[in-house]
Amino acid sequence: MSELKGIYALWYREFKVFLRERSRVISSIVNPILWLLIIGGGLGSAVSFGGINYQSFIYPGVLIQTALFSAIFFGVYIVWDKKIDFMKEVLVAPMRRTSIFFGKILGGSTDTLLQIFILFGIGLIFVTIGLMPELHLNIFSIAVSVAFLFVTTVGLVSIGLTIGSQMESPEGFQLIVSFLIFPMFFLSGALFPITNLPSYLAPLVLVNPVTYAVDGIRGVMIGFEFSRFNIAFDFAIVCLFAVIMILIGTYAFKKMKI
Amino acid sequence: MPIIEIKNLTKKYNDLNAVDNLNLQIAEGEIFGLLGPNGAGKTTTLLMLTTLKPPTSGTATINNFDIIKQPDKVRKSIGIVFQDPSSDEILTGYENLKLHGWLYDMPDDLREERIKEVLALVDLTDRKNDRVKKYSGGMRRRLELARGLMHYPKVLFLDEPTLGLDPQSRDVIWKYIEKLAKEKNITIILTTHYMDEADKLCNRLAIIDRGKIVVMGYPKELKKQLGGDIIRLKGENIDLEVFNKLKYVKKITKCDSEVCLTVEDANKHLQEILKVAGKVDSVEIRSPTLDDVFLHYTGRGIREGTPEGSWADKAMHSGMQGGTRR
Repeated sequence: MSELKGIYALWYREFKVFLRERSRVISSIVNPILWLLIIGGGLGSAVSFGGINYQSFIYPGVLIQTALFSAIFFGVYIVWDKKIDFMKEVLVAPMRRTSIFFGKILGGSTDTLLQIFILFGIGLIFVTIGLMPELHLNIFSIAVSVAFLFVTTVGLVSIGLTIGSQMESPEGFQLIVSFLIFPMFFLSGALFPITNLPSYLAPLVLVNPVTYAVDGIRGVMIGFEFSRFNIAFDFAIVCLFAVIMILIGTYAFKKMKI
Repeated sequence: MPIIEIKNLTKKYNDLNAVDNLNLQIAEGEIFGLLGPNGAGKTTTLLMLTTLKPPTSGTATINNFDIIKQPDKVRKSIGIVFQDPSSDEILTGYENLKLHGWLYDMPDDLREERIKEVLALVDLTDRKNDRVKKYSGGMRRRLELARGLMHYPKVLFLDEPTLGLDPQSRDVIWKYIEKLAKEKNITIILTTHYMDEADKLCNRLAIIDRGKIVVMGYPKELKKQLGGDIIRLKGENIDLEVFNKLKYVKKITKCDSEVCLTVEDANKHLQEILKVAGKVDSVEIRSPTLDDVFLHYTGRGIREGTPEGSWADKAMHSGMQGGTRR
């Protein structure tokens, strides 16, 4: 029981801090709108895949982008916690490091999912005003997407926490993470279909776990003819990814030095 | 039965002995000070005792629990106030305490009761709903002091409790620590490099330098052992030899243009000393401080730190950044 209360404590802290940091909430709204309007609108004026509006096409990709950036960057806060002595205060409490890790995962995932929900709101508005006509945003597609995004986010937060637990400076963290986030985003099929990729690109896209999240969400939101794999297969891969990352993260937390 | 028993505790960083074969017993109810220059190994000792860093060899027991074999039980027995800020400044004072209660698995009603109690103890009750960001350095330290006490630890560790605080805030913190020791009867271990702080608060202390205990005892006795008062003479051409003939001069040290003499009954012998000293620019007589004790045992002042300046950094492996979150 004691561990659960501790996990709740860590989640509570992250949640409160997120709600009080208006700048993070605002940037989580502005960024995706820019992507949808500028990249979606600009590229969309010349490009179309499978005869559908490009903005609709990249909407699942923008969801994943928000998850990627928000979840992995969440790891930077652990670097800050180590810089001041907050991390020691938590580590000296009579609770297991694994529980601390899970508390952090829940906190980071909640932050990210809240941003995702804001993005669903934006999506609904865009659909209503006719900007993304082909997008199916309904209870079913949102529920399936949330399942995908939650599992993916847990995996991504674990990556961020793993890196954060081993880093000394926020600058170093940011540098390493940028090398990770951008390839993961561009190689996920967020911006283009992955059905007819050139041979040098295909393997890179297929080893990227985020690809399967985009594939699954695009299937349920636009139409399964736009996804390359079976949705159950997509989901299985994403789950596998999350489990592996949790295991690595748990290990990294046990080895974390202060 | 001592509440803390340290046995051959050692921490090595590569070839460097940050803590070198430390042996120490601390009785229940003591305010014990670990005094030494920056990088002497005080914080490393504290981190090992609080189970945050594994010792290279040796061990310790706290409240009869072994720090290596029973870290969970040790953690339940201790409270700690860290050197750097360790509260979340975006949360309120009250929320930080609530978080602590959860982390220590306290039942809800007990938690609320204790929060009220410790807030009153450090006089922060009327600021409890302010974000910690709005607190002064002293208030923040008080909040962390209150937090360290919330679960009624047997032993409270304070790592440089007044580092970076202005003189008034230091006085206030000292007042609270004394009050605590009196009212709660807990054992307090504090590290400091402020001699006056150790002198004022600790009933017993160990001076440590380069990971080793140099001397240990009661502040009064340590000062008494020096054998008298200090007379400081400032002048260009003072001959040290002349003092050797005077029996009541116990010790002669020279630094730059100053000569420090440890003298029995200084007031009585001042005139004679001045006579043999010749031309002197200024004279100062004072009672010995812990600074002099440190100087006596290590041959240098505590403020000078270690001769190889980077020693401390190598030992600590961490800077003293005051960075804040978010």
